[in-house]
Amino acid sequence: MQNLKDFKASKLAKIFNQFFMVSMWVLGIITVFFVLLLLFLILKDGLPYVTWDFVIGLPSEIDAGGGIGPMLLNSFYVTILSLLVSIPISLGAGIYLAEYAPDNKLTSTIRVCVEGLSSVPSIVFGLIGIALFVEYFQIGLTIIGASLSLAMLNLPLLTRVSEESIRAVPHSYREGSYALGATKLQTIFKVVIPVAMRGLITGLSLVAGRAFGESAVIILAGGVNASAEMWDFSLFSPGGTLAVHLWYVQSEAIVPDAKEIAHKSAAVLLFVVLAINLLFRIPLWWMERKMK
Amino acid sequence: MNDYINLHDVNLFYGTNQALKDVKLQAAKHEITAFIGPSGCGKSTLLRCLNRMNDLIPNVKITGEISVAGESLYGANTDVESLRKNIGMVFQAPNPFMMSIYDNIAFGPRRFGVKSKAILDEIVEKSLRAAVLWDEVKDQLKKSGLSLSGGQQQRLCIARALSVEPDVLLMDEATASLDPISTMKIEELVQQLKKDYTIVMVTHNMQQAARVSDKTCFFLNGEVIESAPTKTLFNNPEDKRTEDYITGRFG
Amino acid sequence: MQQTNSTASKMSGRHWRLMFSDQVFKWFCLFSAIVLCVVLFSIVFFMGKTGVLTFEFVKVTEYFFSLNWNPGFDETATYGAGIFFIGTILLTLLTLIISVPISVGIAVFLAEIAPTRLKETVRPILDLLVGIPSVIYGFLGLTILVPFVAKVFGTQLGDGLLAAALVLSLMVLPTIGRISDDSIEAVPQKYREAAYAMGCTKLQTIFFVVLPAARRGIVSAIILGMTRALGETMAVVMVIGNVPQLAESLVQPTSVLTSNIVMQIMAVPFESTWNYALFFMGFSLLVVALLLIVFVRIINNRSEVQ
Ligand SMILES: Nc1ncnc2c1ncn2[C@@H]1O[C@H](COP(=O)(O)OP(=O)(O)O)[C@@H](O)[C@H]1O
Ligand SMILES: [Mg+2]
Repeated sequence: MQNLKDFKASKLAKIFNQFFMVSMWVLGIITVFFVLLLLFLILKDGLPYVTWDFVIGLPSEIDAGGGIGPMLLNSFYVTILSLLVSIPISLGAGIYLAEYAPDNKLTSTIRVCVEGLSSVPSIVFGLIGIALFVEYFQIGLTIIGASLSLAMLNLPLLTRVSEESIRAVPHSYREGSYALGATKLQTIFKVVIPVAMRGLITGLSLVAGRAFGESAVIILAGGVNASAEMWDFSLFSPGGTLAVHLWYVQSEAIVPDAKEIAHKSAAVLLFVVLAINLLFRIPLWWMERKMK
Repeated sequence: MNDYINLHDVNLFYGTNQALKDVKLQAAKHEITAFIGPSGCGKSTLLRCLNRMNDLIPNVKITGEISVAGESLYGANTDVESLRKNIGMVFQAPNPFMMSIYDNIAFGPRRFGVKSKAILDEIVEKSLRAAVLWDEVKDQLKKSGLSLSGGQQQRLCIARALSVEPDVLLMDEATASLDPISTMKIEELVQQLKKDYTIVMVTHNMQQAARVSDKTCFFLNGEVIESAPTKTLFNNPEDKRTEDYITGRFG
Repeated sequence: MQQTNSTASKMSGRHWRLMFSDQVFKWFCLFSAIVLCVVLFSIVFFMGKTGVLTFEFVKVTEYFFSLNWNPGFDETATYGAGIFFIGTILLTLLTLIISVPISVGIAVFLAEIAPTRLKETVRPILDLLVGIPSVIYGFLGLTILVPFVAKVFGTQLGDGLLAAALVLSLMVLPTIGRISDDSIEAVPQKYREAAYAMGCTKLQTIFFVVLPAARRGIVSAIILGMTRALGETMAVVMVIGNVPQLAESLVQPTSVLTSNIVMQIMAVPFESTWNYALFFMGFSLLVVALLLIVFVRIINNRSEVQ
């Protein structure tokens, strides 16, 4: 038998190790650099040329110089409507799972449903939107159809972040409240939700950003066009959003400046999505600073 | 060979926090040296200097001289991996890998290039026998190491450390998480291992040091207050603080 | 006496109101949770119900295995959806082949190698990537990647499986990367210490101890990335070329399930075989995604048991 006592760590193992460390560093740095470069490229090719006229201007079918006003408005409008519908339900479901749910069959069924719903491909929500609003209610491709289809898409993620942030509130807070004679409802609203607010807002920004940029659902349930006039808040106007418009001008439009419009639209879209992700968090950072 | 392990003026800083102060210490070959002292006084830190495990913690700075068998541990071209192979370690909480008992033991030899199944079988049996675990597990080598009891897991970890045939075995409160019977078994085992290995153990338990070790070092706030043959240290401590500690007046 | 009584009754009135609102709220929460289940079941039921109408006119074997997709409204129409199923399978596999090594590599880098400062910078950047709209990825693919692919391969168009797989790889990178990162980070330090203390190099520790211990988390990460790739629509639509033909090379325009649904659904009346066939494609995606999620659940439950 060989005597392991005299064995040394092999040179090869060390060389592999060195090589591995170097390649991991290279991979890490290249990835980060690449990601930042891509974001930069999109913003650089579009944002400097974005004018106010472009942002609130009407699109044009044939001539150059069209804007994205109604689409951008639709993006905000559809996002907000979808959140208005999905927030109460998701928050309710999240509170149920975190605060009430007993450990039984029903609860685990609900959990499976939340996970299942979150895995549903977004295009399926679009197909349901078509079936429900276009076919069954016969209202065509509208803001309301797009918003409600999008609301379904929001539900699972929003429920999950609600549950997680409420669950993360330490038990001692609740006990303190019960000790003062508060009911469960009072405890949830006066103690638990304020403490969970940070997580709730972060989660909300995640969902809002995703809803704002969603395209597959909107194309099917809201269509590719937006209202022909600005500041049209009718729920039954066409529901095309900026994300959809970006695809539309790239592939279907015949205006001569389609390329520029696409670049500018992409930059505006990315800018707003990043802003939604960051803006929501600024008050939180600020609050945390103050607490320290 | 009374200075088989030799430490001279070792200082260690975690960032700016000094955890070891001018430690001077010798340990003899084939003896059991025990570190005692209140928790947080730097016993584990010093033990981890002996196989350079502190290298894994960021912002650690070590000065001074540490050598084993005359070879400096912190030399410019020390082969850290080979060094760790020669100075095995057993931790406070049993930490067998999530693999079978067999693979746990074969893990080290495989990393050092042993491929033959026959030799691995031999090493597994030999190491498990040395750790007095063979009879209990010889029919279930394929079972997960995590399926064993706490005491068996710790002996599995000892067997794993022995599998690469180290010269020195470091044990950091290896019985702290075990019941009295498992503790006793491990103490007996350590006595047997003394024939072939030099052992340095940290213990939270003074009786254990008194029962098992040949030499005891008493630590306080990162300093070695007193180190002497175990009998001497427990019967005639020189330093007042050592006496206070071993008579249970603090700590 | 009178007064005490009225206070007591006021108290109990208040008490009743509180109890009542407590109960109402609890029922509202339960109701909300059940709404989610109802939504899921309705979706599955309705997609299935609409989708299977296809098979009143088309043979099941023809639908899945034939490559002749000539939908229309006369007798000669054929509905062989095989190309799209094959396209989706190929695209998903290609995406995983490209993205898994990179994503898991990034996860290893973040969890095991990068210094704390760098970790704390890179993690939010990856999280940010998850939130970027798919049309933006598609747009990047269309304006930068597709011309690049065309140049490298010397073809006229760069659209096809390769471009789509590259775009999807970038999209699933943060999903796979961050979930794997979290599960590697969750491997207890004691296992690493045991390996290092035996003289393992970092590479050996990672490969033989850390990754095996984190494998369940990594597998679920890959499956979640896979569901994202399977269901992704617009980014794929923008770079795959959208020609309903079987791809003979990686740079030939083709179609997958999602892209074909979007490109055709607008043009067809609801009550037509064509439409039902498209709905069945959606239903198939839905079923696969649900099965994958069930699979992830089983894996995670197992790791809890261990
Ligand atoms: N990884 C570490 N980082 C920073 N400080 C540490 C670390 N490990 C230990 N310390 C500090 O070093 C001192 C000695 O710790 P340790 O050697 O673990 O004590 P003992 O094992 O005697 O209980 C303690 O004050 C502890 O806080
Ligand atoms: Mg210790």
